[in-house]
Amino acid sequence: MLLWIAGFIILLIKLTIVLGVVLFLAGYLVWVERKFLARLQIRYGPNRAGPFGLLQPIADIVKMITKEDTVPDGADRTFFLIAPAVVALTALLMFSVVPFGKDITLLGQKVPLVVTDLNIGLLFVFAMSSLSVYGVALGGWASNSKYGLLGGIRGAAQMISYELSLGLSLVPIVMMAHSFSMVDIVQAQQRYPFILFQPVAFLIFVVSAMAESKRIPFDLPEAENELVAGYHTEYSGMRFGLFFLGEYVHIMVFGGILAVLFLGGWRGPFLPPVVWLLIKIFLVALFMIWVRGTLPRLRYDQLMTLGWKVLIPLALINILVTGAIGLIFGG
Amino acid sequence: MQPVAAGVMSPFHAGVFSLVVFTILVMLFIASQLFLAAWLGEKKKSPEKSRPYECGIIPTGSARFRYPVPFYLVAIFFLIFDVEGAFIITWAVVYRKVGLPGYEQMSFFIVLLLAGLFYIWKQGGLDWRETGKRADS
Repeated sequence: MLLWIAGFIILLIKLTIVLGVVLFLAGYLVWVERKFLARLQIRYGPNRAGPFGLLQPIADIVKMITKEDTVPDGADRTFFLIAPAVVALTALLMFSVVPFGKDITLLGQKVPLVVTDLNIGLLFVFAMSSLSVYGVALGGWASNSKYGLLGGIRGAAQMISYELSLGLSLVPIVMMAHSFSMVDIVQAQQRYPFILFQPVAFLIFVVSAMAESKRIPFDLPEAENELVAGYHTEYSGMRFGLFFLGEYVHIMVFGGILAVLFLGGWRGPFLPPVVWLLIKIFLVALFMIWVRGTLPRLRYDQLMTLGWKVLIPLALINILVTGAIGLIFGG
Repeated sequence: MQPVAAGVMSPFHAGVFSLVVFTILVMLFIASQLFLAAWLGEKKKSPEKSRPYECGIIPTGSARFRYPVPFYLVAIFFLIFDVEGAFIITWAVVYRKVGLPGYEQMSFFIVLLLAGLFYIWKQGGLDWRETGKRADS
């Protein structure tokens, strides 16, 4: 019993550290994005709060907490209030299956460096990313605003369309690793990262993941020059903050999943595993910010054409080719 | 010390118990943020402030308008393809074990799925551009 309590305390500390680090990094990712994007556009970005604007995320949080939390007239109150929490919750839960190191030993027990090693880890990620559609669609619908509704239905249609190609692009990875568990997938990349075998799946995954996290060039649900801010037009204060947090945690989660599935997870020479994972996440995030600074937004029919007429057939063909090659050469 | 039996409730096992604890932590975090915002936030109601934003113009008509049919079509296609995706995913795990016979059957299934996709494509189910034929909603 005593050991159980000690283990529970270790578990609580571990989970709190994970949550704290994810939230901290998501907060600073906002700073990185504003700074890097500003540099790409030849301006300075935030530089007033602290040296190099480093205290900007903290100032943002203080501001969001002290702002008024308005509910527009005629809004569906319940759904309006829970929608941002759904987005933030699903984004944070998705991170729980990303492994960040080998097991370590404490008190004679193995402490795995992953929040939860589900044997259906990858399916859990899909499930959570589908559930976050509810936050977008309900938030947009409940706010009794025309912009909100348009953003919400656009968001729902976009996210479900790209979820198909996201799921299908990862089937070859499951075929090579024989498992949905993220820990096993990292184990399977002991010698070579999967990006060397699956460049097509990698490309499909990157594009779909960017569409899933509603980033430019796929930010039609919140296209600011058509829809003001899309599904979160009517949100203010911390509820807007939760949508915002959800978006940045989403970027980190996709960085983590991309690292685990294609770049060998926490594997790498010299540095500790956690550092390698963070480097890979950071590079993915930088890439996404760079894309945001470079590409214009797609038109809605182009978005749907890309998803349904290019990515889904390509993903299906990639499954067939992987299966054939695996049967011919694989033992 | 002897190891704790790897039960469901074992805190050393990265299983469902760990996930539940993490979920509770995340929910506590979100609740604390919303509580702080409700406690410290400004509270001044005014009819102007709570009116839905439409660029300063007084909103006309309902915001729950009817929206274009293609969104329904996408939802239906998604249901079909997602269920079929579930079949493909279950096959992917045991792909080595079922070997060539499994691959043959699955490739027939995937080709059929592709044929279905091309059929929808040909029928114009994936067209979003105004063709001029569609009546105004």
